[in-house]
Amino acid sequence: MQQVAAPLEDERAKTLEIIENNNHDPKRLVKILQEIQAELGYVPEIAQRLTAKKTNTPASQIYGILSFYNFFRLFPPGRHSVNVCLGTACYVKGAENILKEISSRYELEPGQTTNDRRFSLDFVRCVGCCAIGPVMTVNGKVYGKMKPEEVKDVLGEYK
Amino acid sequence: MTIKSTNDLFALKGKIEKEKFELSQKTQVIVYQGTCGYASGAKGVLDTLNTELHERNLKDIVVLEHSCMGCCYIEPYISVTEPEGISTLYGYLTPEKVTQIVETHLMGGEIVQEYMVDINTPFFSRQEKRITELLGKIDPFKIEDYIFYDGYQGLSKTLGMKQVDVIEKIKRSGLRGRGGAGFPTGVKWNFAYNTESNQKYMVCNADEGDPGAYMNRAELEGNPHAVLEGMAIGGYAIGANKGYIYVRAEYPLAVDILNEAISQAKEYGLLGNGILGTSFDFDIEIFLGSGAFVCGEETALLASLEQKRGNPRPRPPFPAVEGLFGKPTVINNVGTLANLPLIMCKGAEWWNSIGSETTKGTKVFSLTGQIARTGLIEVPMGISLNEVVFDLGGGIAGGKKFKAVQLGGPSGGCVPAEHLDIPIDYESLQDIGCIMGSGAMVVLNQDACMVDTARFFLEFDADESCGQCLPCRRGLPLMIEILKRISEGNGEIKDIETLEDIATFMQKTSLCALGQTAASPTLSTIRHFRKEYEAHIIEKKCPAGVCKDLFHYEVDEELCNGCHLCALKCPEEAITGEKKEPHHIDQDKCIKCGNCYHACKFDAVLIK
Ligand SMILES: Cc1cc2nc3c(=O)[nH]c(=O)nc-3n(C[C@H](O)[C@H](O)[C@H](O)COP(=O)(O)O)c2cc1C
Ligand code: FES
Repeated sequence: MQQVAAPLEDERAKTLEIIENNNHDPKRLVKILQEIQAELGYVPEIAQRLTAKKTNTPASQIYGILSFYNFFRLFPPGRHSVNVCLGTACYVKGAENILKEISSRYELEPGQTTNDRRFSLDFVRCVGCCAIGPVMTVNGKVYGKMKPEEVKDVLGEYK
Repeated sequence: MTIKSTNDLFALKGKIEKEKFELSQKTQVIVYQGTCGYASGAKGVLDTLNTELHERNLKDIVVLEHSCMGCCYIEPYISVTEPEGISTLYGYLTPEKVTQIVETHLMGGEIVQEYMVDINTPFFSRQEKRITELLGKIDPFKIEDYIFYDGYQGLSKTLGMKQVDVIEKIKRSGLRGRGGAGFPTGVKWNFAYNTESNQKYMVCNADEGDPGAYMNRAELEGNPHAVLEGMAIGGYAIGANKGYIYVRAEYPLAVDILNEAISQAKEYGLLGNGILGTSFDFDIEIFLGSGAFVCGEETALLASLEQKRGNPRPRPPFPAVEGLFGKPTVINNVGTLANLPLIMCKGAEWWNSIGSETTKGTKVFSLTGQIARTGLIEVPMGISLNEVVFDLGGGIAGGKKFKAVQLGGPSGGCVPAEHLDIPIDYESLQDIGCIMGSGAMVVLNQDACMVDTARFFLEFDADESCGQCLPCRRGLPLMIEILKRISEGNGEIKDIETLEDIATFMQKTSLCALGQTAASPTLSTIRHFRKEYEAHIIEKKCPAGVCKDLFHYEVDEELCNGCHLCALKCPEEAITGEKKEPHHIDQDKCIKCGNCYHACKFDAVLIK
């Protein structure tokens, strides 16, 4: 799963296609937005405006949905998205040290993307692998029993 | 092939039995791979196994891929079952160890004792496996495996009964919802049944947002059909022909497995129109969540299903009366649903023969945190926490001391050592300011600070609050501010009272259960660990060594034997000392990372 931001025209065309496939149905807003993000890696402003217009929904309502759910991104992600679990089980196993290590190594705060667009960093609240915490995921792949000193090697694999 | 009657179902089962018998004449190796198995290297184990078998031309050995059976602490693991039925479990595997097992066991016929996992330990022997019975035993991608173990027979019995009788049976079993609140399932169904409507819905809550809980993921990954069958049983009872599974996006493997399960069930006519030759139609659709904890709350979940912001709303009206798109809707947790086929198949009396006075059946817990054996366990309700933590879970990992077990996540509380003898049921837990919740048990050792733990949950809830009501929106940040103050050494003794006041206010006035219960972890830590709060406030000390402003590390000259390990681990070169001489920490350089404390094998680094 490598995500690269598409050029504007492309974003437009793909968004329209997705809305079309969902019959412009305002009862499928979340699904449409999920599909847009799956396709583009995030939900750009143009996609928000198009969705609003084509489904006859106020743009504020679209933004309301996007800002409510943690899953949605409003800015293009890096090539690799790194998530550190800060759920309870991982927290008591020292997940914060993993996050700190990534933050300081790549000068990156949760919610940010590196300048070279290599990594986006965020934290999540449990991926369901609590038995092997602390856990982090890279592009959805789960790494368990992480130690701060292993961060370098794991992330080094992702160019 | 479509199954048009109960007889067809039995006929199919008979056919599968024959195939299974033939298979049992061969040596079978099962590789267990749920999401956590993959993460622990199960794929590498599987690949090595296949390559080795292929290279050595061991064509008669069957390799099966099943999901995790819950003993996550030994991951990655496999089992070898010989034609005589003797089974050996191997854990903590690596590709090299697999090669050795192939050579010694599969070719040489001798068990590799070194890697064998003893299943006569309480972790295995003390469990009462019911809804987790088939996890790891069946291939979740094969409906036939489920049918072989009496799958869909509960539904078949259900369809021969009157709706009211089904509801009565569930009531009689005493089944209470496994999603947290423990509401009697039969009673909930009755509300929906009694509400007239041309359309009703059955919804499976698979949002599982409580961090530390993963039983629903494992149940879906390991035995998806039990949940589908449970939904169909509920659908029939209340008169719904449409079901939704609301599953969190963080569980992609569970979603794949569910999709496949639904399509296989449809192919056999166990879902869809005219199920088992009756006039009952039932369809199930999967809906992916988008990462919002509050959407586990039932009214928020419904709003989300309606493709809106997942804002909760006040109840009543309860969803069973006015739910999805305004229609009567029953929302049940994955674990609740998975119990239904068992009750319908084996009877209410069989089902409620175990459990406590008020809480029948079993409960699945996830044991995580600082415990020796992490994993999923299913135990009879009424068992004591002590037994779970120390017998099944093997106590605290790494020779440290037990401090508390956190139950019920952001809505729950911490149980200290002195209450560990209480039986696990809804009422007993409530008595000590705790809840059953989803079944997440996060074990904390001496290194956990209770003020910090309270703050952790408040921040979680503040992040996840929908922000509609004032008590929750403002109350949480206020409480966090106070706790921060306390952890920085600026707390006052009256802060404890203020925390309690805000908490009570939130409990009484918040819109939904998220806000109503958000302060529970704080209240329970104040109740059971008040001394620790007072140490922070009065002595300005964090006894656990977590709040950085309130402690420092010191080397005990008596205990230190000068091994120098701490100095090697120190990132700031703050530790000095000659070999075999007591060492010293330069407080100005120390950043309190804790490396020395955790590295010292002689407990010579002290928290002061
Ligand atoms: C903040 C919050 C989160 C919840 N999360 C879940 C959840 O993840 N899974 C679940 O089954 N129930 C969850 N619940 C409970 C549901 O509201 C509901 O009671 C439950 O799904 C009913 O199913 P049951 O009767 O089978 O237990 C949550 C409740 C609250 C207040
Ligand atoms: S708490 Fe981190 S995976 Fe569950």
